[in-house]
Amino acid sequence: MKKRTDTLKVTGRLMSYIVGRHKLMFAAVVICILISSGVVVVSSLFLQLLIDDYITPMLTENHPVFTGLFHTILIMAVIYITGVLATFTYNRLMVKVSQGTLKMIRDDMFSHMQMLPIRYFDTHTHGDVMSHYTNDTDTLRQFISQALPQFISAVVTIIVILGSMLASSVPLTILVLAVTAVMALVTKQIGGASAKYFIKQQETLGDVTGYIEEMINGQKVIKVFCHEEEAKQRFDKENDQLCDDAAMANKFANILMPAIMQIGNLQYVLIALIGGMLAIHGVGDISVGMIVAFLNLSKTFCMPVSQIAQQVSMMAMALAGAERIFQLIDEEPETDNGYVTLVRVHNRDGKYEETDDITGIWAWKHPHHDGTLTYQPLTGEIEFLGADFGYTKEKLVLHGIVLNATAGEKIAFVGATGAGKTTITNLINRFYDLADGKIRYDGININKIKKSDLRHSLGIVFQDVNLFTGTIMENIRYGKLDATDNECIAAAKLSNAHEFISRLPDGYQTMLTQNGSGLSQGQRQLISIARAAVADPPVMILDEATSSIDTRTEALVQAGMDNLMRGRTVFVIAHRLSTVRNSDSIIVLDHGRIIERGSHDELIANRGTYYSLYTGAFELE
Amino acid sequence: MIKKLARSVREYKKASILTPVCVVIEVLMEIVIPMIMAMMIDEGISERNPDVLLRLGGILILCVAVGMVFGILSGGFCAEASAGFAKNLRKDMYYKIQEYSFANIDKFSTSSIVTRLTTDVTNVQLAYMMIIRVAVRAPIMLIFSIAAALAINVSLTATFLIAVPILGVGLYLVVTKSHPYFEKVFHIYDDLNGVVQENLSAIRVVKSFVREKFEISKFGKVSEKIYKTFSTAEGIVAFNMPLMQFAVYTCLLLLCWFGARLIVLTHGTTMTTGELSSLIAYAMNILNCLMMLSMVLVMINMARASAERIEEILDEESSLKNGENPLYEVKDGEIEFSNAAFSYQDDPEKESIRHISLKVPSGTTLGIIGGTGSGKSSLVQLIPRLYDATEGTVKVGGVDVKDYDLFTLRNEVAMVLQKNQLFSGTINENLRWGNKDATDEQIRHACRLAQADSFVESFPDQYETYIEQGGTNVSGGQKQRLCIARALLKKPKILILDDSTSAVDTRTDAMIRKAFREEIPNTTKIIIAQRISSVEDADMIIVMDQGEINGVGTHEELLETNEIYREIYDSQTKGDDAA
Repeated sequence: MKKRTDTLKVTGRLMSYIVGRHKLMFAAVVICILISSGVVVVSSLFLQLLIDDYITPMLTENHPVFTGLFHTILIMAVIYITGVLATFTYNRLMVKVSQGTLKMIRDDMFSHMQMLPIRYFDTHTHGDVMSHYTNDTDTLRQFISQALPQFISAVVTIIVILGSMLASSVPLTILVLAVTAVMALVTKQIGGASAKYFIKQQETLGDVTGYIEEMINGQKVIKVFCHEEEAKQRFDKENDQLCDDAAMANKFANILMPAIMQIGNLQYVLIALIGGMLAIHGVGDISVGMIVAFLNLSKTFCMPVSQIAQQVSMMAMALAGAERIFQLIDEEPETDNGYVTLVRVHNRDGKYEETDDITGIWAWKHPHHDGTLTYQPLTGEIEFLGADFGYTKEKLVLHGIVLNATAGEKIAFVGATGAGKTTITNLINRFYDLADGKIRYDGININKIKKSDLRHSLGIVFQDVNLFTGTIMENIRYGKLDATDNECIAAAKLSNAHEFISRLPDGYQTMLTQNGSGLSQGQRQLISIARAAVADPPVMILDEATSSIDTRTEALVQAGMDNLMRGRTVFVIAHRLSTVRNSDSIIVLDHGRIIERGSHDELIANRGTYYSLYTGAFELE
Repeated sequence: MIKKLARSVREYKKASILTPVCVVIEVLMEIVIPMIMAMMIDEGISERNPDVLLRLGGILILCVAVGMVFGILSGGFCAEASAGFAKNLRKDMYYKIQEYSFANIDKFSTSSIVTRLTTDVTNVQLAYMMIIRVAVRAPIMLIFSIAAALAINVSLTATFLIAVPILGVGLYLVVTKSHPYFEKVFHIYDDLNGVVQENLSAIRVVKSFVREKFEISKFGKVSEKIYKTFSTAEGIVAFNMPLMQFAVYTCLLLLCWFGARLIVLTHGTTMTTGELSSLIAYAMNILNCLMMLSMVLVMINMARASAERIEEILDEESSLKNGENPLYEVKDGEIEFSNAAFSYQDDPEKESIRHISLKVPSGTTLGIIGGTGSGKSSLVQLIPRLYDATEGTVKVGGVDVKDYDLFTLRNEVAMVLQKNQLFSGTINENLRWGNKDATDEQIRHACRLAQADSFVESFPDQYETYIEQGGTNVSGGQKQRLCIARALLKKPKILILDDSTSAVDTRTDAMIRKAFREEIPNTTKIIIAQRISSVEDADMIIVMDQGEINGVGTHEELLETNEIYREIYDSQTKGDDAA
């Protein structure tokens, strides 16, 4: 029973998407459909009128006058034109409704996706997520623009015809209804099976998309390893699965319509047989004319019923797509209970006042329980108090981290891979939340700070560079959306990206695509540093940022970075001890614990792990 | 175009042919049933003849049964044929892409290939389903109905001709006007997929710069563009239905008018009222068929845009081909460049490297050093023939690389790309890319050489540890070492590391090189690096500068003679003797 309520829920939700946000338009569509199908019904009645009221009486006249008929035909023409106009109107409106709904669904999905925690992105293949935006959304297109209007018009026609049938003969109507019940049962069974496989098809399609996306992205690696055959084999497996699911889903969907149609035909035959027998044996009050009339009615009745059956497959597919779409929309978003915000302030005689002016001074606006407000100047002091963390509950990767970086200090993390260096930085910006303990920023627990403001106050240069499709200028401006061209160029100069950018034929206007595929690794890294530089935050995290820039440039970058670091709190994760040497404090991590800390000279004097690393007696990684 | 795609039908030809055959039988039943029914009413019910009634009733039930069986069969075959056709299309495209050279790959964005393999194939699949089912049913019904109508009255049937120009012109306009928009829509789909894909891989950047709103508005623009273009396209298609209705209603009114006049004026001698209503019924049938056909046409029109995009993939000819009688053996790891030059755009004005002449004896360790964009990667990519030199020649084992079978060459030349990648799957699965039959012992050995064994073995699942897409759950240094191990498993004659130890600390880096020296002495090793320490013990070092070789020699020689080398050396050793 659960399945059923689920389907109903998904249907309801989908309908509220379609109708809810296009109420007026949808109402107009329904009215137009009513008019349009009304005209169809009138049209079938018209023939009767033509024969009974015009042709038959006129046959007996010697000088028939056609003006009356002509007038009636003119009236019909007007009715028909109204019908055509109604059809045109609802078809045009339906385009707006369906495309509008699709756009809304896409936009809602994307907006929601942006709010999801990092964990979601780390655990879903990219292609599978992409599949929601195209394959799943596409299933709705035909449903809304074709199936839905046909469904409405079919229901309208069925009701009208059912009324006329009841007026004609009650026992035969009961027969029709009984057969209709059989049809409904068949539809439910076959449609249900079809729906099951459509859901599977959409899931497999997501998997296939995921596989394709990952493989195509790594196509060059495939080539280098002559891995083509294996890549084909895996693909074939996934592709065959998709084919099987699609074939099953469509099989059920395709047989529904002929099955229903033939049941309709069977009913047609049964009416003639039973009605005929009744008439011959004089049971009931059934005449031949009545049978013929009823046969026609039952034929017209079956038409919309089989139309509905035809739409069932589209509905099943759409519901499968909708279910996956709602799954994404229902993913738990990143929680943010922060209430401390970052604001611009004036410093008036030691008192901070909030302002909209660009003062260059920022402060944390901290509302308290008693309703008072305090302003805490942004300085960039970071404090870890007994922080524990694990990506899974079972296994902690950081244990009892305690450290204090006062504003403007440069802290370096050193330690083997897997020691937890990158994890620490994931915690400061709250990509992941602590299991225990706390982190304070300027004395405020970071859980109290609004995530967006917390992240605004931090600049990060990542290990893996990701650039966006757009010009180099746009990519640098990503750090600060309202930066002028000059600010961007200044940031590029600071990080020494300026030199190579100006050598490019299009300079700062060079278009980057595919994550900056035209540039070398080092050039891409320089742009990502410039991007962080233009943001100008009080705290910077540099995660192995300088590791693949050529050494000539690196020396320059280092100088630029030193400029950038001045007056900021900086966390550096680097593999070359040369880059950590001038840090105020070096933290040596091992298996998630701090085992040594101090300045370079202190640690050397200590003759511990750092000393061994430094003198090369011990392996760093 | 149709011919090309039709090639992908293959083993589904049987189902593709059986579908219309079954449809034909189903339609025949549909035509026969009302005819027998008329007989049953006239001769059975009206004549009050129960035997005829039962006999004809039995035949009718048989007809219904036949109709149902073939209807169901046609549905089943149709599903099989269309799903199979779609499968083969995807397969053919994917296989074709596997043949692509690097230059071909650079041409298509990943998101565009993904859209083509999914959305576009789905569109073609739907159209195919329509074609083999509806496109058969409609014409048969059409022909039968026209014949039946003609049998009743030839001149009145001619009224239908009125509909032909209306429908013809209308449909032509709908199809030609909407097609360019459908073409455009799928290109925008590529962009949409592109934005989503970019956001998925760069989500950390988006979040840390708090650019969610910015990205949402960026996505919104593309989404809006799809909305507009698709609305325009479908808005044009929306003319189809009312146009059809207009034609139907016009015919109906004309039939009624002329039919009524005909009956009345000839006093029912040329035609009866019953015949008029049959004629109108057939007219409805004819127009219904035309409507179905026009819907199929519109559907095909949309699928045409998709089919063209699929074809682009299938038509793309790999720019690298095996020569005639390719060689299947590489003698040794000797490499020789003679005046080689290369340009990504195949433009002599924009060469990435030029005037490269260099001979590297087998077993040599060659270090390559040089600034960002100096052409180091471009140079080594010519060795496994990822790209062809635009000028000059590149020889491996004394033979031009173009004379080898591509697989043979690439199996002997292992390259760890600068932008390297691990795939979702276990570490074992990833490593077996190098050699799918590698034993656990061989894997462990390769990891030992690449200094990856200790960290892999520290994971709870060791070699069965699952790597997430893009290797997000291992660090940069770990990723690089796994990639090296993967390349080592190929047991190549030439091993190229393109800046592959940049995230590895100096000491581990040295241990990897030491392992290379001791364990694979006969392999030619090419190491591109930024750090002097990574290349200083190489047998031969070349310094690249602006696409040309600036200096060749050993560490000591270059320190003496090469200014760039000395400058790099000084910058790295200044005030630091450890790294």
